[in-house]
Amino acid sequence: MFKKLLIANRGEICCRVIKTARKMGIPTVAVYSDADANALHVQMADEAVHIGGPAAKGSYLKAQTIIDVCKEVGADAVHPGYGFLSENAKFANLCEANNIAFVGPPTGAIEAMGSKSAAKTIMEKAGVPLVPGYHGDDQSEAVIKKAADDMGYPVLLKAAAGGGGKGMRQVWSEKEFAGALAAAKREALSSFSDDTMLVEKYLTQPRHVEIQVFCDKHGNGVYLFERDCSVQRRHQKVIEEAPAPGLSDEVRKAMGEAALKAAKAIDYVGAGTVEFLYDVDGSFYFMEMNTRLQVEHPVTEMITGQDLVQWQLNVAAGEPLPLTQEQLKVNGHAFEARVYAEDPDNDFLPVTGQLTYLQAPLENRHVRVDTGVRQGDEVSVYYDPMIAKLIVWDEDRNKALNRLTSALSDYHINGMTTNLPFLYNLASTDAFRNVELDTGFIEKHQDKIFVNSDYDFNQCLPLMVLAILLNKKQTQPKANSADISSPWQFTNAWRANEQHSQTVVVGVAGEKFEVTVTHVDAEQFELNINGEDLLVSGVLSANELIANVNGHRQKATLVVHGSDMSLYTAQTALHFSEEEPDLGLDDMQDADGGLTAPMNGTVVKLMVEAGETVEADTPLLIMEAMKMEHTIKAPAKGKVTEFFFQAGELVDGGAELLAFEVSE
Amino acid sequence: MSTQASNPIQSKINVKSAAFAENAEHMALQVNDLQEKIAQIKQGGGEKANKRHTDRGKLLPRERINALLDPGSPFLEISQLAAWNVYEDYVPAAGVIAGIGRVSGQECMIVANDATVKGGTYYPLTVKKHLRAQTIAEQNNLPCIYLVDSGGANLPRQDDVFPDREHFGRIFYNQANLSAKNIPQIAVVMGSCTAGGAYVPAMADESIIVKNQGTIFLGGPPLVKAATGEVVSAEELGGGDVHCRTSGVVDHLANNDHHALKIARDSVARLNRVKQPNIDIREAREPLYDAKEIYGIIPKDTRQPYDVREIIARIVDGSEFDEFKALYGTTLVCGFARIFGYPVGIVANNGILFSESALKGAHFIELCAQRKIPLVFLQNITGFMVGKQYESGGIAKNGAKMVTAVACANVPKFTVLIGGSFGAGNYGMCGRAYDPRFLFMWPNARISVMGGEQAAGVLAQVKKEQKQRAGETWSAEEEQAFKQPIVDNYEHQGHPYYASARLWDDGVIDPADTRFVLGLSLSAALNKPVEETQFGVFRM
Repeated sequence: MFKKLLIANRGEICCRVIKTARKMGIPTVAVYSDADANALHVQMADEAVHIGGPAAKGSYLKAQTIIDVCKEVGADAVHPGYGFLSENAKFANLCEANNIAFVGPPTGAIEAMGSKSAAKTIMEKAGVPLVPGYHGDDQSEAVIKKAADDMGYPVLLKAAAGGGGKGMRQVWSEKEFAGALAAAKREALSSFSDDTMLVEKYLTQPRHVEIQVFCDKHGNGVYLFERDCSVQRRHQKVIEEAPAPGLSDEVRKAMGEAALKAAKAIDYVGAGTVEFLYDVDGSFYFMEMNTRLQVEHPVTEMITGQDLVQWQLNVAAGEPLPLTQEQLKVNGHAFEARVYAEDPDNDFLPVTGQLTYLQAPLENRHVRVDTGVRQGDEVSVYYDPMIAKLIVWDEDRNKALNRLTSALSDYHINGMTTNLPFLYNLASTDAFRNVELDTGFIEKHQDKIFVNSDYDFNQCLPLMVLAILLNKKQTQPKANSADISSPWQFTNAWRANEQHSQTVVVGVAGEKFEVTVTHVDAEQFELNINGEDLLVSGVLSANELIANVNGHRQKATLVVHGSDMSLYTAQTALHFSEEEPDLGLDDMQDADGGLTAPMNGTVVKLMVEAGETVEADTPLLIMEAMKMEHTIKAPAKGKVTEFFFQAGELVDGGAELLAFEVSE
Repeated sequence: MSTQASNPIQSKINVKSAAFAENAEHMALQVNDLQEKIAQIKQGGGEKANKRHTDRGKLLPRERINALLDPGSPFLEISQLAAWNVYEDYVPAAGVIAGIGRVSGQECMIVANDATVKGGTYYPLTVKKHLRAQTIAEQNNLPCIYLVDSGGANLPRQDDVFPDREHFGRIFYNQANLSAKNIPQIAVVMGSCTAGGAYVPAMADESIIVKNQGTIFLGGPPLVKAATGEVVSAEELGGGDVHCRTSGVVDHLANNDHHALKIARDSVARLNRVKQPNIDIREAREPLYDAKEIYGIIPKDTRQPYDVREIIARIVDGSEFDEFKALYGTTLVCGFARIFGYPVGIVANNGILFSESALKGAHFIELCAQRKIPLVFLQNITGFMVGKQYESGGIAKNGAKMVTAVACANVPKFTVLIGGSFGAGNYGMCGRAYDPRFLFMWPNARISVMGGEQAAGVLAQVKKEQKQRAGETWSAEEEQAFKQPIVDNYEHQGHPYYASARLWDDGVIDPADTRFVLGLSLSAALNKPVEETQFGVFRM
């Protein structure tokens, strides 16, 4: 076994690898950038070495530096985690050349699967079923378009070198084609420096089912069953589960064997994932193979009882696979939900900030939390904004799903907007429980997930108002006085000879709801909602809200982050805020004036010249943040008088990007 | 462990009796009437004027106060009925809302002009109410926040507003002298602030103005034009920009009402004041009996006696009352109790005052003054006993002892008129002239130099003697016709609304709120440490 293992990664996956290495008695070395000097992965590792600046380019992607660190500390193996250098053939080569074991597949396998179009050619030859598509070298628009026209719309354009949804476009009709191709190429070029595109038939109701395969250096291979990752947004996985619900044993076996066939076709070694599109009729098509440990590997671990990182290390050290196919069994059902610092109500824009309060659900044999951050840590602009992976397991899917929703509502994060309410609502939909899965799940059910049903909303509005009132009472200024039992400290809003009424304005998803609140006494409020009077009282302690609405006592969880709050009831989760009175502080910022950066990021391109007169909605500037492009558009007809940043410059969220003058 | 009052009053009231129900209904009617009046008064200058006000982006004065206060803070409004039915003009709340509320954790006196009422101009009673608010602030050491939106003195009534000692000028005299006592003076200019009114922000320790809305000038544009011919807009003459950037009259420029009030809250938060009560405070406990039962205890027929201890039982902590000299001078009930954990000495009438009751009262007041225990007076008094036996027994000098004690006792005093308040009884029981920190009336209370019947009787007696001397006859019908208008007039002028309209009190309250109002008043009073008392000469 290895003497010392360096983990060329950060965050939760680095912590995850360290845990297994420690269990196996292998000392670990972490590497870190300036931004991660105090990160959890640095503290957990036995040693940690600083390798550069905060941007990944200057640290976690510096292959030679990492090799140098290995030599310096005497590490004889590198685990690349996922992302960063994990699928970089050059790095794998470099390891080999320096006699350092790369915990991953051989260079040839990485290269073979690195290009999606090349991968498909190999799989086609190996007899693995493929989605109809064009993967040719002729990249002229006419040829690609003809292929698309021939297979019929909708089609999917993909960057040959791509991943994670970059350089990918759905095209629903011939007339959208040219625009979509140009956009996809531009994105591909900026993300991968390679705008080679491929085009595929787009299946309208496909599920994303992937097979975990494992091969050793002795020619053995097994599949550890499948994961269903159909629930995605913008081709990024949101909730994964294993096994794939409703998959017959025959299909499971056929898929597993096809995946192994794919792995063997490229002499694969180690952990790999073969992704298939699984259609309603039971047919499945090869999509791509990921030559690394996947983010969602824990669900496989939960249903098989295996430690995949341990398998990886054993295989990399030349040992045979610990189990045969016959010895592997599916036990129960597992889910993984990816907890992100992002705003689902604002197009999933990543958010940054400090985790001022972080309380994960208690871990036990049913609940597992893989994370790389602690309370007080920063979610920065430099890396993926994933906060944690919440993994749950139980005997069957229904029970596991109950575990998931309850664990999500026990996950309390203050300091930034997260996708927790979104995940909760998603997992609470009937459609999800009834396995109405396909990769368009979120779009299809967005009514339920984003805008709650009227019924749920009306149920929640009194709770939201109560939460606002009680939270206000708790957070109001305390007198600096020894006058302990003064009635002036009461919060009953007492008035002489009348009951005091006030208006509370609740903001939910950009809409405002006015509720008249009458203080009946210190404990009770009368709320007037849509002409109906409700008598409401309650207690808020820590994160638990116990409310009584017209005699109906109910419990909910309340998480406060700044002026925003999240409420989790048995049925739903809602993100809301109290609309504070306008202090007129943005009087100066009308359409005239500046346009600001929505978040920290990099200016990619200026789309117009300073001084140019433009129509409303003309793209003025493109910035990239968190690996996503954001276009700043003209708010009205007018002209840009000055750009304050040039392409390539870093900007902070809220910074004024340009000066804009509205035409009269 | 000090000896604690631990003797709860055992109520003897039967809440199921017909009399209780009848009394309760009668009181409920009076309370409802009060609440209706207040509801109307809270509408300010009426729908049209309010709309004109809010259309300008301004908050109504009560909205301003709500936004200024801490969330959920009580607001002890004073003199809601000020100017009620006094002027031919309708001037609800005398055009100025005043009261104590909690701002940034600190009890403050808030005085807010209501520009929807005659442009917020100062009627004589507006001045009186403003001065009363300042007096409360001074006596209780409460920071003052003035939400200014007023056209200044009401010009047609200038002779009753401007020249005298307790007229308009006194407001600024008070601002200077309160400031001198380190009682912070904060002004928020949210509308006009003309002529004399300009001195409110100018005399303030710290001032805030809403831009494009608040104006301050000694002479407005019309006066300037008349005086010098200069044509100038109000904003150019005295707007926020001028005063924050050029003149320095104002310290903070706010974007709107909410912003201005936020700045005021921030300003209070940095006053660096600590309330340090120098008395023994315990945890508050609710009384054993429902305060609402007071409704059924007060007899509908005012001549019927009842035991005032039943009222005390519904006001004090745990209904616990340690009575002093329970067996002596029994028409005056004296004893120690707590209200919201604060120690109080209670002095309550339980019948007419005799020499013994007066002596007992004087003794008890001396005790409380010595021990720095605040005094609560529950007034229900027709007067001191009259007659040869009592005069020769020296009831005048014994009454005087009680009046001396009340006048000089330098502890916080609080008076609630729970029934009649007549004649010298009013003095001995700490009427308005004896400077209680707060004085409130119940809706059933009556106040006058003597009862209407007695006054009519006295005047009829005098008249009758004149007639007899002139040899004229006076029939019983004629006598009744003579007496009735006098009775009616006393009833009219003795009514709490009449009294409250003229600021003889600080407000008419729901009897069920008495405990809470006294609690707020006591707590507010403790912003100033209780002081030593020096008594005058007691005639022996």
